This record gives sequence, C-alpha cells and structure tokens, in this order.
Amino acid sequence: MSCSRRQFLKDAVGSGLVAALPASAFVFISSDEAKAALAETKVRWAFLVDTTKCTGCGFCVAACKNENEIPYDAPVTRTWVERYVVTKDGVTHADSPMGGRDGFTENVIQGQEIEPEDIDKAFFVPKLCNQCDNPACVQVCPVGATYQTPDGVVLIDREWCIGCGYCIMACPYGVRFFHPEKKVADKCNFCYHRISKGLQPACVQSCAFGARRIANLRDPDDPVTKIITTERVAVLKDEYGTKPNVFYIGLDENVR
Amino acid sequence: MKRHVLHPLWVAIGLVGLILLARVFMVPDDFGVHGPSFTYNYYRLSNVQEWKNFPVKYRGKESCAECHANKVRTNRRSPHKRIECENCHGPAGNHPDDLEFLPTNEDRSLCLRCHASLEYPNNARSDLPAIVDRHHKRRRACVDCHNPHDPREDAE
Amino acid sequence: MNQEVIVHGIEWTVKELFVYPNEYIYWSIQIVMYPYMTGLVAGAFVLSSLYHVFGQEQLKDIARFSLVFSLALLPVAALPLLLHLQQPTRAMEPLLTPHFTSAISAFGIVFTTYALIVLSEIWFVYREFFVNQLSVLEGARGFWNRLRLGVYKVLTLGARDVSEEALAVDHKAAKILAGIGIPVACFLHGYAGFIFGSVKANALWMSPLMPVIFIMSAVVSGIALCMLTYIVIMEWQAFRLRRTGSTVEAGRVKGAESEIISQAARYLLGFLVAAISLELLDLIFRGYTAMKSWDILRSVMYGKDFVNIFVLQYTLGNLVPFILLLLPGRTVRRTVLALLLVLFGVFMMRWNVVIGGQAFSLSFSGYMHYHMPVFPHSLETFKEGLFGALTVAATPFVLFWLINKFVPSLRRVPGET
Repeated sequence: MSCSRRQFLKDAVGSGLVAALPASAFVFISSDEAKAALAETKVRWAFLVDTTKCTGCGFCVAACKNENEIPYDAPVTRTWVERYVVTKDGVTHADSPMGGRDGFTENVIQGQEIEPEDIDKAFFVPKLCNQCDNPACVQVCPVGATYQTPDGVVLIDREWCIGCGYCIMACPYGVRFFHPEKKVADKCNFCYHRISKGLQPACVQSCAFGARRIANLRDPDDPVTKIITTERVAVLKDEYGTKPNVFYIGLDENVR
Repeated sequence: MKRHVLHPLWVAIGLVGLILLARVFMVPDDFGVHGPSFTYNYYRLSNVQEWKNFPVKYRGKESCAECHANKVRTNRRSPHKRIECENCHGPAGNHPDDLEFLPTNEDRSLCLRCHASLEYPNNARSDLPAIVDRHHKRRRACVDCHNPHDPREDAE
Repeated sequence: MNQEVIVHGIEWTVKELFVYPNEYIYWSIQIVMYPYMTGLVAGAFVLSSLYHVFGQEQLKDIARFSLVFSLALLPVAALPLLLHLQQPTRAMEPLLTPHFTSAISAFGIVFTTYALIVLSEIWFVYREFFVNQLSVLEGARGFWNRLRLGVYKVLTLGARDVSEEALAVDHKAAKILAGIGIPVACFLHGYAGFIFGSVKANALWMSPLMPVIFIMSAVVSGIALCMLTYIVIMEWQAFRLRRTGSTVEAGRVKGAESEIISQAARYLLGFLVAAISLELLDLIFRGYTAMKSWDILRSVMYGKDFVNIFVLQYTLGNLVPFILLLLPGRTVRRTVLALLLVLFGVFMMRWNVVIGGQAFSLSFSGYMHYHMPVFPHSLETFKEGLFGALTVAATPFVLFWLINKFVPSLRRVPGET
C-alpha cells in the first residue's frame, strides 16, 4: 500500500471517529426515564367538538385569546371557528373573520350576501390543535423546541424556539403561527396550565352550548371518552397519518 | 510520510471540540429524550412545569357565586344559565385583589354573537331568539331594555 | 395596535377567499435566497471538482477560481437564514441540540463539514503559495504587508515543507478532498430539497423528486455563475490589456477561454436537461393522478403563476439559454446572455417552489398573494424584503474580493503556473 493511500485511510478513520463523537454526545436515552414517562400515561388528553351544537358565537375564540395572552387584535389565534354555507347551486362558501373572534352576525360571506332561501345547509366548525399522536410539527423541529408530553399534549419551549417556522409549514391543519410579541412559534395546548389543575380549557368553559369538551382517553369512566369510543365520530385530514386527537360529531364532507 | 497532511484535520477536530465544549455551557442539563422516542420526546424537561405555572385568568361561575350568590342564583334559573359570567364581564383573574371592578362589555355586538338572525336551516343558531340588527332599536344598548342575567326579565 | 405587535408575514401577504386564520406567507424572499445561494456553492464546488477529480484539463483555470468563489459563497449561504429567523441569537442551537429527524437540523453539521472540506482543499491547493509568500514578504514594510505576512504565517498551519514530495502529497490530498466534497456538496443541496420535499402538509412541495431536482438545478446555477464571473473577469482583463496595446496577450486570453467555456457549457446543458426533465415529470404526474390538491394546484400553476412558471422559468430560464448555447457560432456575448438567463431561471425555480407552495391555502379553497416589500420601513421589511435579498446577493462578491487578496485565484495570463 502506498504512503498516500495509508494516509488517506488514517484520515478517513480519524474523521469518522470525530464525526461519531458529536453524534453520540448529542443524544442520550435513559431507559429509566423512558419507563417513568410511560408510567405517567394514565392520562391521554383528547377533545370532542360537536358541530351540531356550535352557533358560531365566538366566545371560545375571545376567551382563548384572553386566557393565553394572544394579542386580542392580532389576526392569529390558537383556536378558531369556521362558517360553512352550502348553497343550492352546489357552491360551498366558507369564512372565518378574525378566526370568529367576534362571532358571525351577518349573512355576508367572502363579500357576498347570501339569501337564506338559497341555502342548503350551513354550520360552524371550531378548530384547534389536534395534539396528534404522530405530530408532523414535532418531527420537523430542528432543535427540539417543540415536543409531546407523556399525556399527549404538544408544547412549545419559548426559550428554545429559534423561530424558523418549519413547524408552522409542517402542520397540515394550520394551527400554528408566530406569536407577534414573543417572536416564537405558538399554538393551542389544550390550556395545559388549566387541565393540569383539573380545570377546563378556556374555550370549553366559555362555550354555552356544549360544543366543546375535553376528554381523557385513558379514563374509561370519562363521559366524553365514552362518546368518542362508542358513537360515530370523525377527524380532520386523516390522510396525513398524523393521528389527530380532536374528534368531531357532525363533520360534514364540505369541511376543509 | 508527510505529516503535514493532517494539519487541517487537527483544526477540524479542534473546531468540533469547541462545539462540544460550548454544548456543556449552553445547553440546559435537563435537555434530552424524555419519553419513548427521539422523534417526539426530545426537549428541555423543565419547560413542562413552566407551562403548568402559566397564570390562570378565567375562574368560572362557581367562583363568582362565592361572592355574587344572588346574581348567580338568578342566572341559574334563566335561559342564560349556561353562559359563563366572564364571557361578558371578562376574565376574573385575581379579582377583587388587583381588579376591583370587572370591565363589563355592554355593547350590542356582544349579544349579537348569538342573537343576530342568520336563518340557517338545520342549525343550532336557529333555536335562539334572534333579531335583524339594523331593524331592532339601533343605537340602543341591548341591556337598556333586556336583563342579561335573566333575559326573561326587564333591564335592571 | 401597538407597532411591536405585527404578525409576521401580514405585511406581504394578501389573502383571497377561504384561508385559515393563521396562514400567512411565512417563508418569503430569504427562503428563496437560501437554496439559491447553497445551490451556487454546491455548483461552484462541483465545477472545481471536475478538474481536480476528473482531470478535465481545459477547466484548470476556472477550477481554481470556482473553488475560491465557492468559499466566498459559503458564509453567504447562512446569511438568509440569519435574516429570516425570528430568534437569530439562537442560531447556534441546530449545532447544540440537533433534532436529527428534522431536515433543517442537518444544516449545522453538513454546513460545517462542507466548510471544512472547502477550506482544507483550498489549503492544500494554496499551501505552496502561502509558504512562498513568507519569503517574498519577509522584511517587507508597511502595515498591509506585515498583516499579510502574519496571515500567511497562520495559514501555513506550520507546514513549511515545499519539497517535490510534499507538493505531490498536497495534490493528492486536494484530489481526495475534491472527490469527497462532491457527495457532501450534493448532500448540502439535496437536504435543502428534502426540507421541502418531505413536508407532507404542502401539496406542491411533497415529492420524492424534490431533492434531486434541487441538486440538478443547483449544479446548473453554480456552473453558470462561475462561468459568468470568469468570463466577466477575463474579458475585463483582456480589455485592459488591449487598452495598453498588448494585443498578443489579449488574443491568448480570449483563445484559452473559448475551450473552457465550451467544456463547462457542455456540463451545464447536461444538468439543465436533467433538472427540467424531472420538473416536467413531477408536473405530468400530478396532473395525471389528480389528487385532492390538483384543482387548486392547477389553478395556481396554470392561472396566477403561469407567467412565473412557464414563461419566466421554463422558457426564458431553460429553453432560450439551451438554444443559445447549442446554436453554432457561439459568441462571448451570446454565452453571457445565456448564462444570465440560466441564473435567472434557477432563481425563478426557487421562487416558484417556495412562494408557489404558499400561494394556496391548506384549505385548498383560497389563495395567498405575495407582495415582496420593496422599500423597507422596519427591520422586518428590510430583512425579508428586496434590500435584504440584494444584500445577500452582493455579499459573495465583496467576500470574494477580500478573500482573493490572500488567496489569489485569477491569473493575469493563462498558461502561467
């Protein structure tokens, strides 16, 4: 073997070792921690939305903004309500002005006035983060600033997020946004600070019609869990493989 | 063999060493995999408690009843019984400690959220009594005539 | 509303019809610039490697230049990201806690590795020059000369042996690094394509072809830029020589060039054909399979973005330069025009992917129109506007000028070693 080839091999092995070192140093999995984390899963949070009960009042959106300190006048929101009006000519009109923060008080949708006699069906669809089992947003975070807790909620570490926006692009449901003041990614977290204390999320509490309910899928006695497991429910965009945990009663085929 | 070939390699190793050293100082100790998968559970553990500590703003009707029992009792007998007080009065927060009076929203737009007529078929909205805004007592506040705590009653 | 409370993206996004409330064009001009600049880096390096690894002798002159230029482009590739991040002070985090399931986490490691390879290769190619400069500048006076002496002392990294044996080792090492560098350069740009291609939520981006399309068009842009800069510089030098009356040397400069240009152009055309074939394949597949997103994609591609895609990118950016470079009787002027169009075409490809992918809502029932900020009125509209993009575009030339003072890569008269 010539000198240079030997040298090359030495270099290759040397650089290989060097490359392995940072790779191994970055990631550690402690089996004790993993086991402990799994044992905590006596709770798996999920949500049930009943679109047959939603009247589009928008109190949930306003309450969420106040509770979670999202600037009230900024056109971003952790949860929102969409209005769908399907007219007799087969056109589906949809809107969500300011996310439904001020409710829906006029029959004008996308600048068009719709006469009630032209309507086949109309309904409201509240949306929020689906706290997916396989969250695409967590998969694409380059720095580990967003993650899934043992009880299934996806949280964002405001101190670590670099604001690249990849998670926002990766979410098929459009629930993420940049917080206008904190300048990091933000999204609904089921009011984690409330549910961890046994309170209801702000949107659930403010809904006067019972259209929003939170559930613990691991609790067989949870009445909402019973509905999810025994009645007919649907999820949004399941074709993406994210396995969402927000279930819908009365989800129409026109819902985008 | 010419050893000088390795000089750039030493520089490279030095740089990588610097990054690893920086990691010791700049990465919080509790940053790691805290769950079954690296994909979904790679994070700074103390952030979870930080979120749990986030201040609660809305207290709920039960909490209002502690001091405002009469109002709540009236309300609980009325068609508005399932509307949270804080929907109109705003989040209670630490009230009355740091906020003596809650800023009540008496604007028409608040009531119109539910009571503006939209005439949608097969919709829960249609079960609610509704008005057409521009036809019904424009320029007046709803609460001038109607009692929001019990809408069957006249204004307080 | 408080001036501070500006939703990121609202100033350059106009929504049409039904768009989800939180949707804005978050990835704007800087995210177009980023793959463009990394593409130039990768392409410049591949061009340089065509000489060092595959011994394409005609490319010797341009190879040295494109290697150094690829170094000048390297920090500029990171610049658009720094300008885009909402938290730029945390830019080191992908190196500190890389979440390897994310394509973007590759950035820190791949970028660093690639930088080390380019720097090492330049070191091996120029080590003899550095050592010679030590004796040339020894005892020289003046601040600039003393500075250069100091810099060269450091740059030699203590390896002062310039014997035949040592130099042969240098050449060998440079060749090996050039060889290793090609797959790393491909990875540097392929991962950028993977960033987009792996986003299943985006109907336009999601495609396994995306990394390959990006690599192909990156090499195209890199070769084109190096050819263009090389032609401009050599023509300028020939022009100056002619002015001083040295016609003979001017003739030699022009003559050497046309062989280099022909050879480089051949590679350029090859990659160009590959890139456009893959893009057309992607388009045809989408139309044929007509998935749920096809209606809105069609209305974007054949409707509002028709000019951007079919006129600017495919025709002006691909077809016209293809014809210009193949027609007989190629002149320098025609080549320059073709190269400029190619560079423009690759830019439009990045634009059509990044901006085009955000031109429609996740609802598939609405659109978002991008109005790039031209005159900045805030830090954000500067960073993510025309002037931010121009800053990024101009910086490699400034850096190259600076680097070239220490690592000269342009020759006055070809044939000189």
